[in-house]
Formats: sequence, structure tokens, C-alpha cells
Amino acid sequence: MTGTKVGPGVAGYCIQTFAVAAAETLKLRHDPMDLASRAVQPILWLVLFGQVMAHVHGLTGGKPYIDFLAPGVLAQSVLFVSIFYGLSAIWERDLGVLHRYMVSPAPRSALVIGKAMASSIRGLSQALVIYACAALLGVKLSVQPMHIMGVLMITIIASALFSSFSLIIACLVKTRERFMGVGQFLTMPIFFASNAIYPVQLMPGWLRAIVGINPLSYEVDALRALMLDGGTSELGLGLDLGVLLAASALCIAIATRLFPRLTE
Amino acid sequence: MAVDAFPSSPFPQPAPPALELDGLTRRFGNVTAVDRVSLRIAAGETFGLIGPNGAGKSTLMKMLTTLLPPSAGVAQVAGFDLAHRPQQVRARIGYVPQLPSADGELTGYENMLLSARLYLVPRAERRATIAASLDLMGLTEVQHRLVQTYSGGMARRLEVAQSTMHRPAILFLDEPTVGLDPAGRATVWKHVRDLRDRIGAAVIFSTHYMEEAEDLCDRIALINAGRIVAIGSPADLKTRFAAATLDDLFAQLAGDRLPAAAMQS
Repeated sequence: MTGTKVGPGVAGYCIQTFAVAAAETLKLRHDPMDLASRAVQPILWLVLFGQVMAHVHGLTGGKPYIDFLAPGVLAQSVLFVSIFYGLSAIWERDLGVLHRYMVSPAPRSALVIGKAMASSIRGLSQALVIYACAALLGVKLSVQPMHIMGVLMITIIASALFSSFSLIIACLVKTRERFMGVGQFLTMPIFFASNAIYPVQLMPGWLRAIVGINPLSYEVDALRALMLDGGTSELGLGLDLGVLLAASALCIAIATRLFPRLTE
Repeated sequence: MAVDAFPSSPFPQPAPPALELDGLTRRFGNVTAVDRVSLRIAAGETFGLIGPNGAGKSTLMKMLTTLLPPSAGVAQVAGFDLAHRPQQVRARIGYVPQLPSADGELTGYENMLLSARLYLVPRAERRATIAASLDLMGLTEVQHRLVQTYSGGMARRLEVAQSTMHRPAILFLDEPTVGLDPAGRATVWKHVRDLRDRIGAAVIFSTHYMEEAEDLCDRIALINAGRIVAIGSPADLKTRFAAATLDDLFAQLAGDRLPAAAMQS
């Protein structure tokens, strides 16, 4: 019988997952402008928005607003980068590239996780830019290796979460035009109905309830504890990590189920 | 093989078929795109699907390559049940879709590397397998260029190389030469022929070029409105339908559905 051996277990699964992520990384290497252009937005948030809001006194209980903002901007830029993964999947489907993945013997979950890993790599590059920019703006960053490792880990998990969420949307709406509409419609509430740029204490009760079920809030909470020197978590790091992991697992599972719909 | 060893046997063992369909059907809402297609294609056979646009060729191919679940009917592809063992099927087939499926933002080599990994070509053999496949498709020289700089024919040959590195039992090609200039078409087919002879795969392709179907195919199926309306070797079909060329046959069986009166005026 000709053909590839199937079912080589964990090693094969890892190779296939890695193959997807590696291809995406190679594309970034061919076109580094892509990463550079995406770095502009978080810098603008920190420099422009951060500077203006810093003059509103009492917003963050005496601590500098820019310190409060930096972890929020990291979470936000990871969200904005990841949320376009669904769009790029639709784009790849329209080109025909996605069909090649779909007819390969790689399990669908390996393809989804591979894409999520690729998104994580972009997320990490954003983290690098934001650390540098925040340091220049005088944010008191924690330099403990454990904290930095923690930030990277949270960034990886959040990238996986929002990119697979985006893939779910792509599989449901199927066309670029509809995705653009729905994408805007979803990204803004996730961002604004969270603790990313202002404290929840300022919010009315109904909005706070939404913030409480928004995974982005847990990401920001964890980042505030880990990124800042003397930073603290309001919700508890264990809960933050638990919510992010559970939400990622759920989104990856659903995206795996729906993914084949794109090339039908 | 047993058949060769005992050529005088009154009961030669036929090779297992590459593909066996029974009543395969696909509906989209009220529209039946593929309607109860039953078909058997032998191992190593070159088989052409012809028919007008919208006849159901692409839908049939999408089902056979596991991209689209059938609404009814059963199929064995490369020895495995299509509905229940799709991953086993995928490991044994190669598919070149109609749309350009090589990634333009990667080089030819990187595209090959991606496929080699997805198909789990063992690490130790990857380089040699990629080099051999690129060589067979005449792409060694351009392997480190981005695919977006390739000509249409080069990109198609790369896609064939990507789809056959794992030595599939069946290679599916959905209108592989659409949009190519005559030279590009000729080189694609020359290389696909060499490859077929080398790995012994069944080749199943759809096309609108009748001369391609006639030159290459052991058998042809003419599909219209989701059903096979004629099947046989090109010579056999022409005799049976008293057609001088396959183009005539096409016009006769799938052609203009204008009312007869309009045809005569």
C-alpha cells in the first residue's frame, strides 16, 4: 500500500502542529514590515492616549495612569492581532491555500492549534514592543524572570484564545465582508467592556457584570500583577489563569469542530 | 504480482480498485449537485471527468477528497471508507484544487517543507524526498524563489509536487491546466505523466480541454446535471455515439440545451 503511515501518535501530531506555525513564521520573516506596522498601534495608545489620561487625577487611586494602562495595552494589542486570524483563514480559503491543509492527514485540531501558535508568536512580538515603549515612558516594570515568564505565558494563552475565537466567527460567517462587520462589532465590546483602560470601580453595575464574564479582564488582571513592579491581582492569579485556559480550550475545541466548514 | 506470475490463469486476480462509489449524492438545499453516481476506477488508471460548468465535477471531487460530506451513498477511496475513515483516505490521496493552493508568500522549498511535515515524511528522508520531487517537476532551479513570482505552470507543478511527495495511491487534479498557456499546459502534463509512471498512482482529473482527456485518459466519464451520462475509453465513446471527436460527443450529450427549432433556424 502506498501512502503515509497515519496515527504515529504524539510526535506526529506535534510535527504537524509545528508545521503550520512554522509556515506562518517563515512568512513573517519574508515580510517583517507586517510586524513593524502592527507595532504602531500599541505605541500610539501608550504615548497619545496614555499622556492625555494621565492628567485626569484620581482615576487610578494615586498610582500613575501609564502604569495602569501598559498591561491593558498589551492585552488589547494581542486581542487586535489575534482577532484577524479568522479573516486570514477566510483569505487563505479564497486563495485555495487552506484546501491544501484540509486534504492533508493532519488532524483538524493540529491545524487550529498550529494557527493559534502562529498568533502567539505575533503576540509575543507585540509584548516586546510594549515592554520597550513602557520602559521609555517610565513605567515601573518588574524585571523578575518569573514575572516576565508569566507575562509571556499569559500572552501566549490569550493569543491562542482570541485567534481560535476569531476562527469560530470565520467558520460561521464564511465571507470576508461579513467577517469585517462582525469582527468590528465583537472587538470593540471585548475591549471597552473590560478593565483594560479604566478601573471597573468607575463602571455601572450592569457593565461590571459584563466585565466579569469577559476573558480579556482576566488577562489584564494577570498582566497587571506580573508586568508591574509591586503589581497586584484583584481577582487572583489562579482564577485568571484558570479562566484563560478554560476559555482557550473551549474555543479551540469549537474551532476544530467548525474548521472543515470553511472549505466545504 | 500474482497476475503476472500466472498469465494463463483463467481467474486473474484483479488489483483492488483505487476507488469505488455507490450512489454517491450531494444536495445543496433543493439542488442536487451530484446525483447517485456509481463508479469504479482501477488502481493506476487515468480517468477524466468532463462536462459543462456546474455539472458537478468539482463537487464530486470535493467529496472524494473528504472536503465535503456526501448527502447519500457510499464510497471506498484508496481502500478506506470515505465517511468513516477520512483521515486514512487523506493520507493516501493527493489533491490539487482548481484554485492555486501553493502559498505565494513562501518559497517553493518552504511550501514543500510544509507539505512534507503535514504528511509526516520522516525527518531523515525529508531533504531527499523534497529534492527528488522538485527535480521530477523541473523546479530545482527556482525552489528558493517566492511562489508569487512563479508562472502559472510552475506553480501548478509545485502543487503537484506538494501533493505527491507521500506517494499517494490516487492523485486528484481539478482542472489543473485552466488558465495556462499551451506551453505551460504541455509541461504540466509531461511532468504529471512521468510522475504517474514513476509512482503508479491512479490519476483522476477534470478538464474542459477535450484533447487532454483524449490523449491522457484510459477512460472518461461525461457528467451532466450531476449524473454520469456516458463512460468509457475515448475510442469506445466515439464509436458508441458515432461522434468524430470528443467535442462532438460533448455537444451531443451535454451541449446546447436550446430547443431543436432554434438550432435549425
